[in-house]
Parts: sequence; C-alpha cells; structure tokens
Amino acid sequence: MGKSILVGMADLNICKSPDTITTLGLGSCVGIALRDPVTKIGGLAHIMLPDSKEITSVTHVPKFADTGIEELVKKVTEAGAVRSRLVAKIAGGAQMFAMSTNSSTMKVGERNVIAVKKKLKEMGIRLLAEDTGDSYGRTVVFDPETGNYTIKTVGKPEKVI
Amino acid sequence: MADLSMEQLSSQYYDILKELGNIGAGNATTALAQMLGGKLDMSVPQVRLLEFKEVGDLMGGADQIMAGIYLGVEGDITGSMMFLLGMESAKHLVAKLMMQEPSGDMFSEMELSALREVGNIITGSYLNSLSALTNLKMVPTVPAVAVDMAGAILSVPAIQFGLMGDNILLIETQFNDETQMNGYFILLPDLDSYSKILSSLGINV
Repeated sequence: MGKSILVGMADLNICKSPDTITTLGLGSCVGIALRDPVTKIGGLAHIMLPDSKEITSVTHVPKFADTGIEELVKKVTEAGAVRSRLVAKIAGGAQMFAMSTNSSTMKVGERNVIAVKKKLKEMGIRLLAEDTGDSYGRTVVFDPETGNYTIKTVGKPEKVI
Repeated sequence: MADLSMEQLSSQYYDILKELGNIGAGNATTALAQMLGGKLDMSVPQVRLLEFKEVGDLMGGADQIMAGIYLGVEGDITGSMMFLLGMESAKHLVAKLMMQEPSGDMFSEMELSALREVGNIITGSYLNSLSALTNLKMVPTVPAVAVDMAGAILSVPAIQFGLMGDNILLIETQFNDETQMNGYFILLPDLDSYSKILSSLGINV
C-alpha cells in the first residue's frame, strides 16, 4: 500500500507505483495524468488557465495548460519515464455556474480542455481517455501502477477511466 | 491604468479590495439579519490572501461540499462577485428562511431557490454600499447557485485571480444567531474597472 500524493490547485507532482496521486475538487480546472506504462512512473498536473501567452508575466508555470504540461513531462522523464511511451488521461473543465454573461471567463473550462488536448497533440502524447465538461466538480485519483484514473463527484457513482 | 503593470498594482489593489470588502460585508450582514428577522452578530471581516494551492484547505478540504452563489456585475463597474457558505451554514440559513427543518443531504429545488434569494439580497446590499461609496453604478445580474466541492466552486474566482497573479483574495465573515455561520465574499472587478474604482476614491492612477 503506497501513499497518496496530494496536488493542489495550479500545482503538479510526479508519482511512482505503489503510490497514487490525487487532486481534490477540479472545477473549470483540468487534471492531466501522464504515465509511462513500462516503468509505471506517472504524474499529475492541476492547471487553471489555457494559455501562458495570454498573460504578460508568467511567474507560475503549473498554472497554465501549455507550460504546466511541459513542466510535468520534464519532471516525469527526469524521474525515469520514457518520453516516447507517455500516455495521458484528463478530467475536469466543467462550467460550474450557468450564466449568460461573462462568456469568455465562464467558458474557461471548455477552453482549458481544448488547450490541454492541443498541447498533448503538439508534444505527441496520446490521450487515452477523458471525463470533461458538464457542470460538476471532480476529485481524481491516478494510479500509475494500473493507469486507472478514478473520478469522484458529488451525488454520482464513482467512475474509472 | 494602461501604464501600470499588474505587479505595481497588486499591493495597492489588494488594499483597496480589502477596504471595499470590509464595507460591503458589513452591509450585507445587516441585510441578512433583517431578512431573518433577528439579531445577527458579525465578527470583523478577515481578509485572506491565499496561494492557489492553499485554497482547498479553506473549508476543511477541497472536496468538502459547499454552496456558492455567483453573479455578474454590470454598470459603470463590470466584473463578478461570489458569496460562499459552508454546507452546514447554508442549510441552517435555508431552514431558518423557510421556517422548516433542514431536509436530507442535498438541497431541494425549493431550497436552492431560497439560497439564490439569500444570495440576491446579500450581494445586492454589498454592491449597493460600494456603489454609494464610489458613486459608480453597479447592477447585479441574476445569481447562479452551485452546491459542489469547495475546490470546484472556488476554481471559478481563482481562475479570474489567476489572470492577474498567483493569489486569491477572500473576505471572510462570520455571523451567528444561535449557530455559527461562516461566509466568504469574493469581489472580482474586471481589470479595466479597477482604475475606475481607484479614481472614484480620489486615487490617481
């Protein structure tokens, strides 16, 4: 039984089997889990915003989809994962409040998901599964041993992708 | 404003938001007391500046369930604001308002509607007091309610703060009748509204 590593908002970390890695309450943010199925080394990033290039001063790398994924890839490969074997699963990107106004900020969940997929594609990392969109929060647990990405929501049964 | 970068702005920005938050929260609590038809004690609002990764600890964990009421602000100032309540506080408030015992774990449609009304009144009086202070028109839009994990709800304002920096600013206010309730206000003016608020308060930008 390994320990559970906690990743906060706008944060990322790596994880080796038998440990698992988790982030709580993903809303419009997206949780990106990466894994090398051979070495069973993985990692999780909890990103908040789609694009670091929209912001003039980037001080906090894990906050953005583009810089966050790059950083996570760097960290897992440094830990022993092989870049070409990396696969991804993603969850989150919900729209928490149904509002008519403020469209660009309200749709940030959707934009986050698009940006994450674009970055993964750009880096040649295959997306195996996703549970994104809708209007509810998600707590996720990633197990680098099996590659299972468990998604917990309020008032709904647990889901494994 | 155009000449200022966010770094230069931020310390002043937080000070101003803090002061506005204090005034707004005080008025909102008064409105809530009137609505409940009783006396409501309020503690001095606490202003908390948190890193994003600390946000989850706020309500006893990012997966704790809480109620969030979110609305847009229109008029001279544009932006949004949010009022957050812990689940126990929200239930207590709704039960009191509807004069009945709290039902089940989650809220019924009727209770959600009552919660939205609480949000409407509280945020309306919050904005009114700021409007009176700054002499700027601020009109709230129809509020939306979500009952979900704290982290998920707070991701909405956190993302907006994320566009400007690496911290989130919350005004925490505690109010009690016989039960203690914890509520949090978050005021989020759009970037271009910020200079309007500052100049209305006689600060040159």
